Amino acid sequence: MTTTATDARPESAASAPTALTMAGALNAALRDAMAADDRVVVYGEDVGPLGGVFRVTDGLQATFGEDRIWDSPLAESGIVGTAIGMAMYGMRPVVEMQFDAFSYPAFEQMVSHVAKMRNRTKGRMPLPMVVRIPCAGAIGGVEHHSDSSEAYWTSTPGLTVVMPSNPADAYSMLREAIESDDPVVFMEPKSRYWAKESLELPVRTEPMDRAAVVREGSDVTLLAYGPTVRTALEAADAATAEGLSIEVVDLRSLSPFDDETVSASVRKTSRAAVIHEAAQFGGYGAEVAARVTERNFHHLAAPVLRVTGFDIPYPSPKLEEYHLPTADRVLAALATWEWDLA
Amino acid sequence: MSLSVERPDTRTLPSQKPIRLLDNAGHAVHGSAAGGFELPDPATLLDLYRRMVVARRFDVQVTALTRQGRLATYPSALGQEACEIGAISALEARDWFFPTYRDSVALLTRGIAPGDILASFRGDWHNGYDQHAHRTASQATPLATQALHAVGLGHAARLRSDPIVALTMLGDGATSEGDAHEAFNFAAVWQTPTVFVVQNNQFAISVPLSRQTRAATLADKAVGYGMPGYHVDGNDVAAMYAVTQAAVERARSGGGPTLIEGLTYRIEAHTNSDDPTRYRAARDVEHWKCRDPIERLERYLVSEGALSEQVRTEIADAAEQVAADTREVMTAEAELDPLELFDHVYARPRAALREQRDRLEAELAETAAAAGGAR
Repeated sequence: MTTTATDARPESAASAPTALTMAGALNAALRDAMAADDRVVVYGEDVGPLGGVFRVTDGLQATFGEDRIWDSPLAESGIVGTAIGMAMYGMRPVVEMQFDAFSYPAFEQMVSHVAKMRNRTKGRMPLPMVVRIPCAGAIGGVEHHSDSSEAYWTSTPGLTVVMPSNPADAYSMLREAIESDDPVVFMEPKSRYWAKESLELPVRTEPMDRAAVVREGSDVTLLAYGPTVRTALEAADAATAEGLSIEVVDLRSLSPFDDETVSASVRKTSRAAVIHEAAQFGGYGAEVAARVTERNFHHLAAPVLRVTGFDIPYPSPKLEEYHLPTADRVLAALATWEWDLA
Repeated sequence: MSLSVERPDTRTLPSQKPIRLLDNAGHAVHGSAAGGFELPDPATLLDLYRRMVVARRFDVQVTALTRQGRLATYPSALGQEACEIGAISALEARDWFFPTYRDSVALLTRGIAPGDILASFRGDWHNGYDQHAHRTASQATPLATQALHAVGLGHAARLRSDPIVALTMLGDGATSEGDAHEAFNFAAVWQTPTVFVVQNNQFAISVPLSRQTRAATLADKAVGYGMPGYHVDGNDVAAMYAVTQAAVERARSGGGPTLIEGLTYRIEAHTNSDDPTRYRAARDVEHWKCRDPIERLERYLVSEGALSEQVRTEIADAAEQVAADTREVMTAEAELDPLELFDHVYARPRAALREQRDRLEAELAETAAAAGGAR
């Protein structure tokens, strides 16, 4: 198996900063990864001539040809199951699930094989593969287009689960995910696909398994990821007017969890809340609240709060605004603490 | 890739009468019943005979060891030796094999050591052999999931112009699983070098074939996916070998996948914890015991003068040696390190796992110290 770069293309030439969407950054990451390593192949539903329903694979088939990126039959278990076989051979497949809820047919392959193959074979059969999942809501999607499936994956040992919240991380983390020898569930918040940022490519941000303090503050730590990082930043802006200093941590990596960065922030502020779109009960925030409490109880002035979607199936487009956590809802939650005890 | 690939008609249903090269009396079958396939030469048949005898001795030995409590469980392939050995013997060392939990005798035939095959059934680790060294994936427990892995690996090889074939075995029950259908379809659409061998042993634990499908044969399913399908006498090792070999050659030369159904019978229980008297009649088992795949080939070889008493003894001795080796390796307790539980989950080390490993290590040290103090 060759490990050399193909002659295809150089990495996106380092250029003057240009405004790039997250979808564009992901596209550039795929392009650069495919150019850097001919073991990288991309397939899924509509990823070829159409360029993916979110255009993340736009133009890649024209550049790399159908042996590197192609449309597969419409069957998610088949997509992930065959990607396992390709990774066993030595390829580095990057497959797309189109939408969160459409990944569920692949659940068995993900949980029974992607997560377990390396351990089962004592490391002899690693699976260097990436499963890209456009995730979460707030795009006016009909049913099955706005789920937040992260807790299904994070509760499965053997999977690495990451979710970028901005274009720079999207590029850097996808490159790192493709280079990783562990299988990675790469979750892409759909509502952030069109968010623009001025970027110079290729960009490398913090390592994929680290959280990042994206706004410093002294009174409260908001723990957010993917789409809710923006929500947390909005809350922090609004709180400033009320004299409240909020620190925002973008978790970036959901599994593994960066205890070090999170605990350092929580010990500084002594209060924390975790924000996500997914339902609360048994959700990812429960794990965050539990481990933050276990590790920092004696530094906390208040219980760790969860500001999340309701414990209901994801609503229809005209009702989703009532379900999603907003900056106001975050601030209202913080107001439930007894502040004078601090 | 070769343009002169034989492309069988994929729109005609497979014969409902299983393809057969040797009948139960050990006579060579000719004409349409042979489906256009030729009886392998005597040397090949003798080799298949030897492999089946060794496989059965191993299988019987492992079942006995399981009853003695040396293994946690063992799914026997007794009676299915023609399917197992005929199919796997058509594969070359460079090819890949994707087995299920029932295919231990095929692993043995592929050269994997008894102790390495049985490490999982003994409960040491979920898999005990080197996948790459034997080009054999770990034995899949979730039904039909491994078929997709075979398709993916074959597709990757095809993209690299690497002329290898991936063969996967499935049971009759597994053909009801969605992954079987996705694998058939992906393989046909992508024209991957895949051979699907469905061992129709007529029971999925207790559920008979009639409750899995309304199709006349499981090979019929191939037609809907646009690939050739063959309904084969799965107790005729000559037919299983010939049909599989043709499928392997077609796959290797770019002709795409094939679905082969071997009609056979599971003589033993599903596993040692199963009670087959609850769902099938003893007379049915007796009926199938009278169609034994090894005795069938033996009759033919003897009638052809191709199996001398001396060779028969040599083969029996070799089989006894495998049984003795299996007893020996399974009687010794494996050295297990509980701390290894943390070693292979991720390539990139995790702080949380390291903490948990440290806790277990401390527990083990305390236990050892307590045991030392009590002495």
